[in-house]
Amino acid sequence: MLGEKVTVADKTAAPAPFEPKIVAFCCNWCSYAGADGAGTARKQYPANVKIIRVPCSCRVNPLFILRAFQRGADGVILCGCHPGDCHYMTGNYYTRRRLTLLMSMLNFMGVATERLRVEWVSASEGARFAEIMTSFVEQITALGANVKLRDLRCKK
Amino acid sequence: MQKIAALMRQKAQELLSSGQVQQVAAWRKGQLAYDNAPAVFTSPEACADLVYDEFCPANLSKYLLAATKKKLKTAVFLKPCDTYGVNQLLKDNRVQREYVYAIGTPCQGMLDIKKIRAHGLKGITRITVSEGVVQVETVYGTQNLPQRDVLLDKCLQCKGNAYMIADTEIGEKLATPEPRGDAFAAVKRIEALPPEERFKFWQQELSKCIRCNACRDICPACSCEQCIFDNPAAPVAGKAFADPVEENMFHLIRAYHVAGRCVGCGECARVCPQGVKLGLLNLKFMKDINTFYGPYQAGSDATTPAPQVTFTQGDVEPSAAGQKGRS
Ligand code: SF4
Ligand code: SF4
Repeated sequence: MLGEKVTVADKTAAPAPFEPKIVAFCCNWCSYAGADGAGTARKQYPANVKIIRVPCSCRVNPLFILRAFQRGADGVILCGCHPGDCHYMTGNYYTRRRLTLLMSMLNFMGVATERLRVEWVSASEGARFAEIMTSFVEQITALGANVKLRDLRCKK
Repeated sequence: MQKIAALMRQKAQELLSSGQVQQVAAWRKGQLAYDNAPAVFTSPEACADLVYDEFCPANLSKYLLAATKKKLKTAVFLKPCDTYGVNQLLKDNRVQREYVYAIGTPCQGMLDIKKIRAHGLKGITRITVSEGVVQVETVYGTQNLPQRDVLLDKCLQCKGNAYMIADTEIGEKLATPEPRGDAFAAVKRIEALPPEERFKFWQQELSKCIRCNACRDICPACSCEQCIFDNPAAPVAGKAFADPVEENMFHLIRAYHVAGRCVGCGECARVCPQGVKLGLLNLKFMKDINTFYGPYQAGSDATTPAPQVTFTQGDVEPSAAGQKGRS
């Protein structure tokens, strides 16, 4: 049965520690620059986070998020400029509505919404970027592998 | 209803012979007493086959897509609930107003043949309705049923007898069925379940789906020319059972895609051959939109922007949705 914490660990071998795959969609103007800021400030964040740069958080079709989960992401985080600071004036306001509805629906369908997070991170918040990523990786590691939204055919 | 059908035939013939429209979308008699089908009439003579009774549930608004594409001025008979669909198609810019001649058509609720059969009735030859009583004539005799017991589910969430768009109206408006108390009661029941139960419920419900796409094809909000469900490379369209996630994805994508545009006509659930309760997903989005962004009814006009193309600066944050969506 599909349960939240069922992992494929082989009981006989010493199980390798669970390394979650995290996909981070980052807006070019704020969050991606924030990630750069984290780098230049030498703030560490876990290598589990794979950043996909998008021109605006609003570029992220909710399907990108679902597809990331389907193809094996254990957590997805979407980062954009703070509401009011969008490079294109209003993009992230639309993102906010879309993601609110998506989160609510995932919750309704019984899929853990903790696997999906939306954060507003500005270009100057490098340290905060690193903190958010670190805490998100911790959270997903605790939740274990994503099985509810993963397409088993995509599993290697 | 027979009087209304006669008026409709007359109207259709008039419109066609005067050349005011090039075709008329309506219903044609089926082989049985209860299987009328949508049909397009192109000549006044053909209109002799035009019927209207309590077995014309199909929303014809989607025929206007083809009409617009072919640039054919089309008269379309619309029950009050169907008019919402036309407005939505106009708003989505998928149908051009100049090709539409909307005819408001009175309705007193459509009947569900499955519910009638569930009373053990066989060999049905004729079904008539008068004053809240459904008279079912069968080869074995006649039986009366209370109308409310055999209405289509979608008619139990009727939005009333007003037309949201109409160039003309047929006859007098009829009294439509009283809607059920709380439209969102079923959604709230599921919201109240623990997450694991909710997951199981949907897994069970959605695994019935055979991916026939009937729910997509009937929907007046589903009008894209290219659809992800037609892309065999997208792991959401497979017809054979492959993976439970695929089912979740199909339904999540379908419902999300029409969120804020779904007019709540209930056609998707009606046409589903598997009885999937997919209307609940639409209702959940409607409830969320009402809660988060204020009351909104898609299709009540052709101009108000949909909730997902507008915003306010104080909108709720996605992180709050998990909890707030449950209120
Ligand atoms: S999703 Fe269903 S209820 Fe909504 S407009 Fe489409 S067919 Fe009607
Ligand atoms: S109509 Fe029913 S069975 Fe067909 S695709 Fe839609 S939900 Fe699945």
